[in-house]
Amino acid sequence: MACRASRNLHGAVTGGQHALATVAPVMTTSVSPVITLDRATRMFGATRALDAVSATVHPGQFVAIIGRSGAGKTTLLRCLSRATSLSAGAIRFGDTDVAGLGGRTLREHRACVGMIYQQFNLVRRLRVIDNVLIGRLARLSGWARWAALARRFDAIDVEAALRCLDHVGLLERVWQRTDTLSGGEQQRVAIAKILAQDPRVILGDEPVASLDVLNGRLVMDTLCRIARAAGLTVVATLHHVDYARAYADRIFGLRAGRIVFNGAPSELDDARLFEIFGEVPQSLPVADVDVLARTA
Amino acid sequence: MATLGLALVFGAAARVIELRPLELLHDAGNIGVFLRGYLHPSFAHLSEYAWQCVITVCIALWGTLLGAGIAVPLGLLGARNLAPHPVVYFAARRLMDLLRAVNEFVFALMFVTAVGLGPFAGMLALGIHTGGVLGKLLSETIESIDPGQVEGVAAVGAGRLHVISFGVVPQVMPNFLSYILLRFESDIRSASVIGMVGGGGIGFYLWDTIRAFNDREAATVILLIVLMVMAVDVVSSRIRRLAI
Repeated sequence: MACRASRNLHGAVTGGQHALATVAPVMTTSVSPVITLDRATRMFGATRALDAVSATVHPGQFVAIIGRSGAGKTTLLRCLSRATSLSAGAIRFGDTDVAGLGGRTLREHRACVGMIYQQFNLVRRLRVIDNVLIGRLARLSGWARWAALARRFDAIDVEAALRCLDHVGLLERVWQRTDTLSGGEQQRVAIAKILAQDPRVILGDEPVASLDVLNGRLVMDTLCRIARAAGLTVVATLHHVDYARAYADRIFGLRAGRIVFNGAPSELDDARLFEIFGEVPQSLPVADVDVLARTA
Repeated sequence: MATLGLALVFGAAARVIELRPLELLHDAGNIGVFLRGYLHPSFAHLSEYAWQCVITVCIALWGTLLGAGIAVPLGLLGARNLAPHPVVYFAARRLMDLLRAVNEFVFALMFVTAVGLGPFAGMLALGIHTGGVLGKLLSETIESIDPGQVEGVAAVGAGRLHVISFGVVPQVMPNFLSYILLRFESDIRSASVIGMVGGGGIGFYLWDTIRAFNDREAATVILLIVLMVMAVDVVSSRIRRLAI
């Protein structure tokens, strides 16, 4: 799983403006999918949290998973990140079936998948720079691996981490303790950490659910800008339909563990929403969806 | 009913320990004689006793260090959320129980036979017992950490040691340091009496002067121990406040 090969994320992000123009979301099915869900089923006792879910995610796509709480969004994401395993069916990243991973191969797989969490999951007592450097851990080899145990990093890794923080606009916070930052800033540190990790796919578990609308927008803008510039694939659960509409190329609507909608945001009309949610969900407090619309 | 039960238990216990409060009054004269000696401490051997206090502090310092050294691996292996296997968890937990269950004096008696009389035996005894106590405290601190922060490190594909260094250590360090300092204060008190069983330090002189009814000397020794314990408590609580 050589996700590091032949791609320089930092270069791609630095040249973001050009990349934005050239890297269009890939929607054609002729490209082999990054993620394949093949009748993925997850049981909790007698309940089917995921019920034979089949779908594909293509390179460079931004997929939003929407649905009521308890619909299986988080379970699906946890199965994708292999925090939990399937009861039946398969999830493949490229050609690799994640069920067969363990030990070293699982760690290599994780290095290629960047995770963003609702609660940020940064080490709160460490400095911002250390949290970003955590993203480099799986890439270290030889002496650098051992030195990292004492939180010592080569200058080249520190410089890379600083560039990542620069991309999310938090260079002035580098030496602060992470728990002194606001929620929105912490989530941007988490994005910088993923930049440092240089993965192929980003999985987001409600990345903006604990943020206010303005910070949520800032985080989603940052995430989108970076993902598009580097051609990264993003799969994220989003509790607000407006976010999904504004940022996603493709939306999976989950209801009772089944995918009841799989299409472009433009196809998501009120009837479809009713099918997913059992009601038409309210808009965000800043009712104006245009505010959310992509500026890119 | 419960009150009656408690009264019965305490009454029976009083019989067992031969509780005779009236003898305190009856022997008041004897106690007076004792007190007279203790109220006039002798300063003839002060420098010798002071040096023994230094030795006592050194025993406690190294004992605590050894204890912390034992506690780190045992605490990591004995934490449910980090143990590589339930068998390892069980073994580490039981070993820590054993180290804690056996009093440092019993360990001191063993080490005196093994390495001879003196501070080294005392330090080993303190260290081993402290290792059990600190190990248990550490493992319980580790079990109560925020799993999300650990997950955030493991999710980048980091190895087990990196996960511990970045995800676990920063979360447990403040508590662990505070426990080490608390244990150091406790080890000072233990070290000041461990000399009674041949473990070196001021305890031997305490034992010797009391047994010889050398009340004035004993008073000096006790006075020095009290001063030493107070000084160490003050210093260690200062450090604790600084560190956290």
